[in-house]
Amino acid sequence: MANKLIKEMGLPKSMANIFAARNITTAKEALSVTEFELMELLGVGLAEVRTAIAHISQITCPPHQTVSTSLSARLLLEQRFQGEHMAGHLPTRLKGLDAALCGGVPFGVLTELVGPSGIGKTQFCLKLSLLASLPASYGGLGGRVIYIDVESKFSSRRMIEIGVTSFPELFHMKGMAQEMAGRILVLRPTSLSEFTERCDKIGNQMVFFCFKHNENQDWTSREVTGVQTEDFVRKRLQQIKVSILQNQVKLLVVDSMAALLSGSLAEFSRIPVVVTNQVRSQSRDEACQYSFQWHRGETVEDLRRYDSHLIAALGIHWAHAVTIRLILEVKTGQRFLKVAKSPMSPPLAFPFNITSSGISLLTDDGIEQRGSEINTIRFQGHNDIINFDGKGCIN
Amino acid sequence: MEVWKLPISATQKGKLISAGYTSISSLSSLPSSDLARDLNISDSEAQHILKIALQGCTRLDSSSGNHSVVNGAQNAWDMFHEEESLIRITTSCADLDKILGGGINCKEVTEIGGVPGIGKTQMGIQLAVNVQIPLDFGGLGGKAIYIDTEGSFMVERALQIAEACIEDMSEYSGFLCKDFQAGQVKLQPKDILENIYYFRICSYTEQIALVNYLEKFVSERKDVKVIIVDSVTFHFRQDFDYLALRTRILSGMALKLMKLAKMFNLAVVLLNQVTNKYTEGSFHLTLALGDSWSHSCTNRIILYWNGNERYAYIDKSPSLRSASAPYSVTERGIRNSASNCKRVKMMGTIT
Repeated sequence: MANKLIKEMGLPKSMANIFAARNITTAKEALSVTEFELMELLGVGLAEVRTAIAHISQITCPPHQTVSTSLSARLLLEQRFQGEHMAGHLPTRLKGLDAALCGGVPFGVLTELVGPSGIGKTQFCLKLSLLASLPASYGGLGGRVIYIDVESKFSSRRMIEIGVTSFPELFHMKGMAQEMAGRILVLRPTSLSEFTERCDKIGNQMVFFCFKHNENQDWTSREVTGVQTEDFVRKRLQQIKVSILQNQVKLLVVDSMAALLSGSLAEFSRIPVVVTNQVRSQSRDEACQYSFQWHRGETVEDLRRYDSHLIAALGIHWAHAVTIRLILEVKTGQRFLKVAKSPMSPPLAFPFNITSSGISLLTDDGIEQRGSEINTIRFQGHNDIINFDGKGCIN
Repeated sequence: MEVWKLPISATQKGKLISAGYTSISSLSSLPSSDLARDLNISDSEAQHILKIALQGCTRLDSSSGNHSVVNGAQNAWDMFHEEESLIRITTSCADLDKILGGGINCKEVTEIGGVPGIGKTQMGIQLAVNVQIPLDFGGLGGKAIYIDTEGSFMVERALQIAEACIEDMSEYSGFLCKDFQAGQVKLQPKDILENIYYFRICSYTEQIALVNYLEKFVSERKDVKVIIVDSVTFHFRQDFDYLALRTRILSGMALKLMKLAKMFNLAVVLLNQVTNKYTEGSFHLTLALGDSWSHSCTNRIILYWNGNERYAYIDKSPSLRSASAPYSVTERGIRNSASNCKRVKMMGTIT
């Protein structure tokens, strides 16, 4: 709506011509200046400018919806009572997690997986890709999947293995494995610029696609952070202050991607978008409290405690942009999946294992976490667990 | 008063001045046909200029003619009475309400900020539901506008909070007047959802447009009592090459929101993100959008982790003492913290 042309907005002919003559063609240009600047630019009176702005604003702003009609909540509820979990969610088939997220990974928002390397982020993504490509009769979305693999970690063999173990009856049918795997498109961009370029293209294609096949939902999975983190590690070697500055610049890039993803892509095409994020150790200088807390003498000991912790590689700016954040961590040799940020779920932690069928929860009753513990990322005793699992699952 | 102060276009001003009309009094008794001839413009345009000039004159007269009562002002005593009678929007957390003097105030712009996952959106949804508590139950019985820039509003969650709110109200009514029937609360969860006007904003241009349009929207629906922007920050942290432009657009938006709050007697709640700021040799968390933005809100509340508990801190307010109070986010919405919260939960399971 923001780039809608003023001449198409139904302003009185004379006014529309004035805008066109002064080369103000879009709502964005008209609304970014003040009334008085517009008076000067257009050479018309205040009253006319006000009416024109009011008109342009009304056309530009999206239509209002009452909440119940907007996302068809009532419809959604009815479907829930009928046991149709499919509306607006991609079930992860992890019962506890699906229950906490009201049915699975929601359509139209950004869901993020954070965790140390080797914890199972890719495993989770592979499983989700499979689930989305399953035919609707088997509870999948029956659509295509775009898998952006920045770290070159996508393993087709492992994916087929997960498929065969989780849905043996389906994958042993002739040609089914090929059909399913054929729906998963893997992109391997090698640089950040290539990645953003691809994102743009996907954005366009996806919109196109959705217009053409309204029912066929797509699903994308993105491993966003490989490139950025590598960048970051390199910059960490430079002076701290410089690195922070560059970090900010980088985050701007990343966040405009977030806007692209969550704003236009996820929302418009109403598909689930999953991204993964790596971790890094927190540097001592990084802020974890407000200045007023310091003055009030609160949480001083927190500083020391945070010292040993890992944090998500992309900073606080990025964290605001994702709607759901799932943290994968290891605590005393046990893997946990935590719902760290979600508008609908309480802070829950689920212990899990990685088996030949992908991630499986040990219990479907989450352990409710108290306080900020939900945001910490631990990685204790990981060596044992990875060696053990390496034998256990990859064969 | 001089001609260049009139709210007319630059070309018209130029024509007036070059034709020798420099003061408004020179226009006051002029027939429109003369003006049209002198300025070489159409008669209707001349009438338009004269009309505006006349308005300019009368405004001047009325304000200078009566010195004792300045037009548009209100004395402090009246304001005090008006403020006393205002009903505040409860946050559903008694401790937080206490430090806020009863809740979020109408006629004011309140900014609420905090780290990701602290409960900003939860607070927003809770307020959108609570504003609808009927007058009989000490609420405002109003409607809400929810402006979602991040796409984080979840209908399922709004429904949970609405259901819990209605449960609490029926419990309250049963407690107060036992002789009435239990089914006192006529409000249904779906009514509550229907009374939240939801806008999904995808760019900052749309955000400006919407704020411009809200005046018309609200004037058609006078029962709107709260406008929630979740979050005001999101689109303003990207897409901007010139920070000066950003600052100007933001302050323009803040002014318009403030005007809405005063004009329609409603509360404006802006949710804000956090960022790192370097002061006095170390990094601190602070709310985003910079220092000049921080002046544009009446109240500023920061949500933060203190140990294992969520706290809300009044960072800025003209009328309230700076204080902090614990709160928690439960299945039922925003509630009192820890020990109190457990009791509420137990009561919930019994009923």
